[in-house]
Amino acid sequence: MRGRMISPGKARGEAIVSKSPIGFYGGIDPKTGVVIEKGHELEGQCVKDKILVFPQGKGSTVGSYVIYGLKKNGMAPAAIVNQETETIVATGVILAGIPCVDGIDIERIKTGNRLVVDADNATVEFK
Amino acid sequence: MQLTKEQERMLAGDYGEVVERNFRLLVRLGEIYGADRMIPVGSVQVAGVSYKSIGDPGLEFLEDLAGKGARVKVPTTLNPPGMDLVDWKELGFPEDFAEKQLQIMNAFKRMGIMMTATCTPYLVGNLPSFGEHIAWSESSAVSFANSVIGARTNREGGPSALAAALCGVTPNYGLHLDKNRKPGFLVKVNAKLRSNSDFGALGYHVGKIVKDKVPYFKGVKDADVDQLKALGAAMAASGAVALYHVEGLTPEASMMDTNGLETIEIGEKELREAYGKLNTGKDPDIIILGCPHASLKEIATLAHKLGGKRLRKPLWICTSRVTKEAATRMGFTELIERAGGKVVADTCTVVSPIERMGFKTTGVDSGKAANYLPGFCKQAVVFNNIDELLKKVLA
Repeated sequence: MRGRMISPGKARGEAIVSKSPIGFYGGIDPKTGVVIEKGHELEGQCVKDKILVFPQGKGSTVGSYVIYGLKKNGMAPAAIVNQETETIVATGVILAGIPCVDGIDIERIKTGNRLVVDADNATVEFK
Repeated sequence: MQLTKEQERMLAGDYGEVVERNFRLLVRLGEIYGADRMIPVGSVQVAGVSYKSIGDPGLEFLEDLAGKGARVKVPTTLNPPGMDLVDWKELGFPEDFAEKQLQIMNAFKRMGIMMTATCTPYLVGNLPSFGEHIAWSESSAVSFANSVIGARTNREGGPSALAAALCGVTPNYGLHLDKNRKPGFLVKVNAKLRSNSDFGALGYHVGKIVKDKVPYFKGVKDADVDQLKALGAAMAASGAVALYHVEGLTPEASMMDTNGLETIEIGEKELREAYGKLNTGKDPDIIILGCPHASLKEIATLAHKLGGKRLRKPLWICTSRVTKEAATRMGFTELIERAGGKVVADTCTVVSPIERMGFKTTGVDSGKAANYLPGFCKQAVVFNNIDELLKKVLA
């Protein structure tokens, strides 16, 4: 699948897929990488070293710092794949240096799929 | 993207590492979102101020910038930190937290940022004009500036807003362009909206459905500025709404075409459902009002409700230092304090470490606070209008 490069880099790993948007501030704990938003479909799951797949961001504009914090704390996802990345997530992944691609049909990806994300070439492949 | 000669020099590092690094972020965002050029901004609002939100990584990031001589080029105001900067000890904020928070404030000050410490910059002197290009973060302020004032800003992340402040420009895309300010949903409201919390419940419900699209409201007969503030804040928290129009009330509404839009109907039933979802607790340990920060009018209303009464539980109303000063001058602070409440300045519910201060259930009238408190402050929430909340805590 080919999309658009948001932030460069390459990563491989296991997909963790959310069908609903993610708000990083108040949604994911930057110290543990665990989803803490009550009632979110990924609540209680850890995003560390995963390929985090979700349609788009939502919520607070502080989310960029949470993404940066996840990386500094060693709890960041290996890559992020979106349907459409908005500014908050884009700023966060660029600062943190997390590979990120959007414009991907995320319906085709299931949690547990092994993915290779090559953001430099804006591609996401199943392995 | 077309850059001016001077902008090319910024990118080449002629103005130092700070400008180069921050301008590079703006250029990258511009390339992603198809901007044709950079545009000057009239002001910036910087979010990501509380130590609780940004932690040590954020503190180091800001100190690094300040240490390298970063200075803002346009008037720049600041979001709330995680504590009252004057009365933090008395209110019980932890010492270790305060120390880090003050370091963060110092870094912002060294960059020349105005220490307004509020999520309502438009109430304390950072008031853009209709059509003015600005680069704001703080999702509720973004929504207010775009919708109620008609200024133009994207939903900036904390660091992208800071980059715009340090470079004086922002990439020309998204809500800076006419074509992206058109509505994507028509919301027909057939319910009576009486209180701030009714507007919060409506916003929570609509934000979940429209996500990052622009809703156009019909049937909202009357709303004051505080209620529009509550509506926008809730939609920006449950979704990513940066702009909304209300027929007959907001300045761009009459320019918009609503023919053929997907329609959402909101009646009393939908409103009650939103209340149901936001209520996760029963007996509040504390009531916290002022999310977004209370206006002088909201503080006056509370003061009159509390006059001569006695609270059994703590009650805070959060506001900016500027507004508190006026409230104190008017005698409102004294009325609230005599009943046992506090007017807390600078900080707010969502960014303060209330879970470390012994509170487990919080009562709020804000759809935004009700949305965030369970995740970020580990609180059960009682969400209702002020009168119902006060019934639970008045002696």
